[in-house]
Amino acid sequence: MMFSRRLSSKIFLVAVVLVVVSALTLVLAPKAITSAQSGDTSDWQTIAEQRGLTEADLRAAVMTYTPSGMMDEYVMFASSGQAGQVLAIGLPSMRLLRLISVFTPESWQGYGYGADNNSVLKQGYIDGQPILWGDTHHPALSETAGDYDGQWLFIGDKSSGRVAVIDLRDFETKQIVHNPAFLNDHGGTFVTPNTEYIVEGGQYGLPMGGEYAPISDYQTSYSGMITFWKFNRDTGRIDMDQSFAMQLPPYWQDLCDSGKSVSEGWIFCNSFNAEMATGGIEEGNPPFEAGVSKGAVDYLHIINIKAAEAVFKAGGAVDVNGFMVIPLATSIQNNLLYLAPEPRSPHGADVAPHGDFIMVGGKLDPHVSVYSFQKIQDAIAAGTSETDTFGVPVLALESVLETQVELGLGPLHTVFDDQGYAYTSLFLDSAVARWSIGAEGYRPQDGWKLINKTPVQYNVGHLAAAEGDTASPDGRFLVALNKWSVDRFLSTGPLLPQNLQLIDISRPGDQTQILYDMPITGAEPHYAQIIKADKLHAWDVYPEVGWNPTTQSVDPNAVTQGTEGVTRDGNNVIVRMTVVRSHMTPEHVEIQKGDHVTWTITSVERARDATHGFALPFYNINLSIEPGESINFEFDATRSGVFSFYCTEFCSALHLEMMGYLMIKPD
Amino acid sequence: MVTNVISPSNADKLVPSNSAPLARWMNALPSIMLLTAAVLLVVSMALPYWGLVLEAPQYPGGLRLRVFVNVMTGDEDPQLDEVREIDELNHYIGMQSLYDAAKFERSIAIPAVILMIVMLVVAVFWRGRRSWLLTLPALLFPFIYLGDLAFWMANYGLNLDPYAPLSSAIRPFIPPILGEGVIGQFKTIAYVDTGWYIVVAGSLLIVIALAYKWFSSRQQSQG
Repeated sequence: MMFSRRLSSKIFLVAVVLVVVSALTLVLAPKAITSAQSGDTSDWQTIAEQRGLTEADLRAAVMTYTPSGMMDEYVMFASSGQAGQVLAIGLPSMRLLRLISVFTPESWQGYGYGADNNSVLKQGYIDGQPILWGDTHHPALSETAGDYDGQWLFIGDKSSGRVAVIDLRDFETKQIVHNPAFLNDHGGTFVTPNTEYIVEGGQYGLPMGGEYAPISDYQTSYSGMITFWKFNRDTGRIDMDQSFAMQLPPYWQDLCDSGKSVSEGWIFCNSFNAEMATGGIEEGNPPFEAGVSKGAVDYLHIINIKAAEAVFKAGGAVDVNGFMVIPLATSIQNNLLYLAPEPRSPHGADVAPHGDFIMVGGKLDPHVSVYSFQKIQDAIAAGTSETDTFGVPVLALESVLETQVELGLGPLHTVFDDQGYAYTSLFLDSAVARWSIGAEGYRPQDGWKLINKTPVQYNVGHLAAAEGDTASPDGRFLVALNKWSVDRFLSTGPLLPQNLQLIDISRPGDQTQILYDMPITGAEPHYAQIIKADKLHAWDVYPEVGWNPTTQSVDPNAVTQGTEGVTRDGNNVIVRMTVVRSHMTPEHVEIQKGDHVTWTITSVERARDATHGFALPFYNINLSIEPGESINFEFDATRSGVFSFYCTEFCSALHLEMMGYLMIKPD
Repeated sequence: MVTNVISPSNADKLVPSNSAPLARWMNALPSIMLLTAAVLLVVSMALPYWGLVLEAPQYPGGLRLRVFVNVMTGDEDPQLDEVREIDELNHYIGMQSLYDAAKFERSIAIPAVILMIVMLVVAVFWRGRRSWLLTLPALLFPFIYLGDLAFWMANYGLNLDPYAPLSSAIRPFIPPILGEGVIGQFKTIAYVDTGWYIVVAGSLLIVIALAYKWFSSRQQSQG
């Protein structure tokens, strides 16, 4: 009985399992078969299933997908490192909208290939030495009352210590300046709250004025430097005569930021070589990477720019290789400069939206150190007897530190949102830390604490949040500027793109989400700023026919229709040409070998996007002639022959026919 | 017997002194209508009479040409001169510049309209037997305008430069002055605009005024 009962129950169990399995097969199999067979791609859920997208992925897609014709809400201006350019990227779509050539020639825009804008590049030559690239680092939008105003963009070149001015009416570079007293920078560009000055902090210590000094004299003959470029909004140019610099100790100043609101009138820079290490691995000395990181502290530089301006105007600066520099001793004497210890080799000195705190990322220290501007003021008022080796007053750390927040490994750079959170990139952790600012006006309810860490891919450098370094951040979006992409994209060989990751920061607490990866080829965005798109008012076409973008006015040489032609005065030939779809006038230009040619081309187009190119083979000339633009270029006719010039921008159905012949007769 | 009674003073004479104010108004009506027609002519000078929209994929929103009594303009786009742009496009098919069209008519348009207005006002107050003739130019003006436009459109469409880039692709044609047409990738939509409707309203008022006057004078002569 027992046996048979057990057997029957086993049979029963097997039967049940068989029934369930076959029922499931009957129910599920047809579905699987039909969906796999039909692959009904009219249904978005099927597509999501087929592509293996999760619900979170779909949320990210909905937040970023921007159908044809829909405009982005923000524009991010990102540097492009050693490519020497600036990128304009739309958010949230992460579409590349425009490449702006700055320090490096770029043939699409005809930048550096014959036209007037060669003169902008030439401004950046140092002592006549052509420098045809740059290492763009930190873009800075012009500000009014601490908020972006969308009018100008500035960008520094770390390698040669130069600053460029970009006009956001046509997104083109208008000016490049170089402080002849110094040769590199990193802490730039940053603007004062009303763009009175563009701040360019130097980086590696050097003898001033391009002089020679042996490295053994590092402490006596090498300096750091910070340059304050005076910006004139009326001319849209930096005014060299009103600009000045301050000599600093050779501590390798790094990143700077301008004070705002309560701290307006002050500049803060971190540094990372208070050790004044001089390297020399080949001589058995500690290499820079070890020597520079040896000490426990470096120095936060606290600069009173208003007092510095007064000292400069009162004649307290000296001429160094043609540029006015306030000597370090003068700065000490006039209380222009203070130092405060900061944990070893930090990166970034970022001023909070209300101007009341300065966040310094620890880099080799797991904390972000928060300095209180009020405490700094109190400490300065109380006075200090401590100085560094050069006699610069050093404020005691405990007297100026508000708090330290432990975030993780490799904290670098901090930006802010509208909810009272700060975001700090963690280079070594490959993550972005969201932490609460526990002060009044931010998130006093949470206190100073780490909220969450969002893993990013990989090695995040700087961060950019929507208007996240202004007096009123927008929140919503954060972009992690990752140095490495490793496995994020299809392989295109050993040189990999950077990875810009868009992160949703709109929800409080630990709800942050990566939305989109954008590969950046053409070098490394070191920093970016994100501006609300409706603050930008770019021209559709140049305001008037005959416009010279280099001067932003009508060019007196501009050619009008009916006045085109070729004229000669001795060996000087003047060619006056107009272009309009789909012809150039004149189409035959006949000259003599040995002539010097001055050529003006004016586009009489008024339609948006009706751009023409002008390519002249052999003579290395390629221009971009946008609607209304007038361009001048010159060359010597050194080689005879027939040269077919043509339009390089596909302008119309008869674009290929838009050409002409330059006929150069032999001697 | 007075037959051309259209001025208020004459209306007074026609109506017995004890008649109702309504009847007095009725008799003044033709004069009011003619004066209104004159005012409409004045207003129309500030408004476009005729318009043309050119639609093509590469011109989102289309290119808009608006023709006033004496000038041609585009829409409110401050940066694009649309007449010029249409001219640039027309050079592909060898059409002459729009700026050269109806130059004489456009040069006399404003004085001519002012003259029509003056004639209307004179017709109200002048008691001459043939004073109604003075209203005819204003009455016919909107139709003359369209007729002239049609003449120029045909003139332009039929006289294409045979050496133009696309002359082998586009044959001479008569562009419609109303409704839709097609030239290359462009769809054209021609229409009469506010200014023209206003002068047509003026013409209607003139017709009604003349008819009213004619009927009332017949009635009176019978009575």
